[in-house]
Amino acid sequence: MLESYLRERLKKKDILLMTHIVLGYPSFDDSFRIIETMVKAGVDLMELQIPFSDPIADGPVILRANQRALESGATVQGCFDLAEKATRAFDIPFLIMSYCNIPYRYGTKRFVSSMATRNLRGAIIPDLPPEEGQEYLNDMKEFDLAPILIISPTTTIERMKSLDNFARGFVYCIARKGVTGETTNFSDDLGVYLSQCREATSLPLALGFGIKEKADIDFLKGKAEIAVIGSQTIRTMEKKGIDSVGNFIRSLG
Amino acid sequence: MMNRGYYGKFGGAFIPEILFSTIEELVEGFLDARNSPGFWKKYTDIMSTYSCRPTPLTFAENLTKHFGGARIYIKREDLNHTGAHKLNNVMGQGLLVKRMGKTRVIAETGAGQHGVATATMAAKFGFRCTIYMGETDIARQRPNVFWMERLGAEVIPVKDGTRILKDAINEAFRDWVTNMDDTHYVLGTACGPHPFPEMVSYFQSIIGKEAQRQIVEREGKLPARVYACVGGGSNALGIFSGFLNDPVQLVGVEAGGKGLDTSRHASRLASKDASIGVAQGYKTYFLQDEDGQMKETQSVAAGLDYVGVSPILASLREEGRVRFEAASDREVLKALTLTVKKEGLIPALESAHAFAQAFKEAPDLSAEDIIVINQSGRGDKDIFTIADAYADPDWQEFIKKKAKDYRA
Repeated sequence: MLESYLRERLKKKDILLMTHIVLGYPSFDDSFRIIETMVKAGVDLMELQIPFSDPIADGPVILRANQRALESGATVQGCFDLAEKATRAFDIPFLIMSYCNIPYRYGTKRFVSSMATRNLRGAIIPDLPPEEGQEYLNDMKEFDLAPILIISPTTTIERMKSLDNFARGFVYCIARKGVTGETTNFSDDLGVYLSQCREATSLPLALGFGIKEKADIDFLKGKAEIAVIGSQTIRTMEKKGIDSVGNFIRSLG
Repeated sequence: MMNRGYYGKFGGAFIPEILFSTIEELVEGFLDARNSPGFWKKYTDIMSTYSCRPTPLTFAENLTKHFGGARIYIKREDLNHTGAHKLNNVMGQGLLVKRMGKTRVIAETGAGQHGVATATMAAKFGFRCTIYMGETDIARQRPNVFWMERLGAEVIPVKDGTRILKDAINEAFRDWVTNMDDTHYVLGTACGPHPFPEMVSYFQSIIGKEAQRQIVEREGKLPARVYACVGGGSNALGIFSGFLNDPVQLVGVEAGGKGLDTSRHASRLASKDASIGVAQGYKTYFLQDEDGQMKETQSVAAGLDYVGVSPILASLREEGRVRFEAASDREVLKALTLTVKKEGLIPALESAHAFAQAFKEAPDLSAEDIIVINQSGRGDKDIFTIADAYADPDWQEFIKKKAKDYRA
């Protein structure tokens, strides 16, 4: 179970690190090398994004990575193959991240069972609120996978509590309004928001959107259990190459 | 909001959590306005004093004679201020924005008509305004960009994705999830998450209400068929709404582009190429591949060049209430040429799709039958595209000379 893995891991570390990559960007071979580099650098779990043509919650860095991956021929099948290779090779939990249309077209149940077969542990689907995702939530439950739900600073406390009824594994708290990859202000307001999230759920809290450096992660210690790094590792790879991603991740610890 | 905004199995609100409370607020704001006595009157008042409502219903005597079949009437949405039906929706949403106390509006635009309408509304109501427009559409509809900027809007070219309407919608959503506190997203068509399809159709229903009354006043009976072009579907839903409960055949005409036997079209409901999917916040028929990636679409008319279609229309097709056809780029130019010559009317390339289909069917109907075509917009905005299609040598000479003048 994802949550118990996280709890175990948290006995040894103050805060866990979840990284994100877009599968097939720049290529599937490179994606595997990036995963390997990240695991060796000590990340605790990873989200593997299946690219989508219209990723409305993503900012320019991840949006373009989605497009490049599709232009170089990334398919859902190719992504599952790579995800399977990763779960066989490395001993950390991997989650799938994608947009609703990808599982919908694949067939929600078939998609969920494909994740389970490949030993993936859960999924994040930002444009599928529980109101629209009843079938998906039931399938995830049946295959014992964690549907990771999202809480935002505009979510009311009552709604946070209702989302908690459907969430498993951990809850993904987005740090601010906007899309991925923009700057976040790590301030007292963020602390207050996280303490509200804490009241609404007993699951571990992950915080993402805009984490760029060690100071951001230090700020989160004691306030969240997982720090999520997305756009920044893509930027690092684009500027300095795949090998530098390992150094970047080690610099956060 | 469980299961709200569904039309059959289409619609819904597939939105990121960050927008949940904003959408809730919009749903409440819209229902509150709609239920408030006097709101519709306020809306029709502003449409009759600031725009030209009711727009006329023109009897196309020469076209009727030419085809020798049904009596052809044209609903003149081109006579709206800013030249298209788009203003109906925009002024309605503008009144809503005032009620909700927001100070900034954003919009996507394809042909630029919705962008110009939104910029116009923002100028009149004193809102700040940002318009997202695909780079490809900017290249084919530059005059509209010029006017949006004069009207005080910031026009942001969208360089990602397929660089047309769908990508402009994505960018508008990205702006909205960041700035929703003071910003309203004036979605231009009856697509997107609930309540947009319902709200946009509500404001556009003014077309159908008028057309129904006008044709009955004029002819003493209902038309046999009503034709409208379908991009997202707002002008079609607008005019169809006046006849939904009557024994009137409703025909939606999509962009056939280079032909339905090629992949270069934007026909979701008339072709077999589309399938049900979820994107841009709603469930409908999309032109997508096996994996669910949205495909490139193609049409001579930027305003019809869209990958999805209103969930309300998808449902009306499923019920068999609306028939869908496609007109190719070539047929559209032919219909446009004939309409200009015979009636002195210049329909937009988008609207000319409805004319093209009506012309195919008019000769087979009897002189007792009436058909109504919705001229959703005027075509002078399309001068560059149309001039290219005609390969008009004098126009080309003029452009060359103009370019030379600028270099001087």
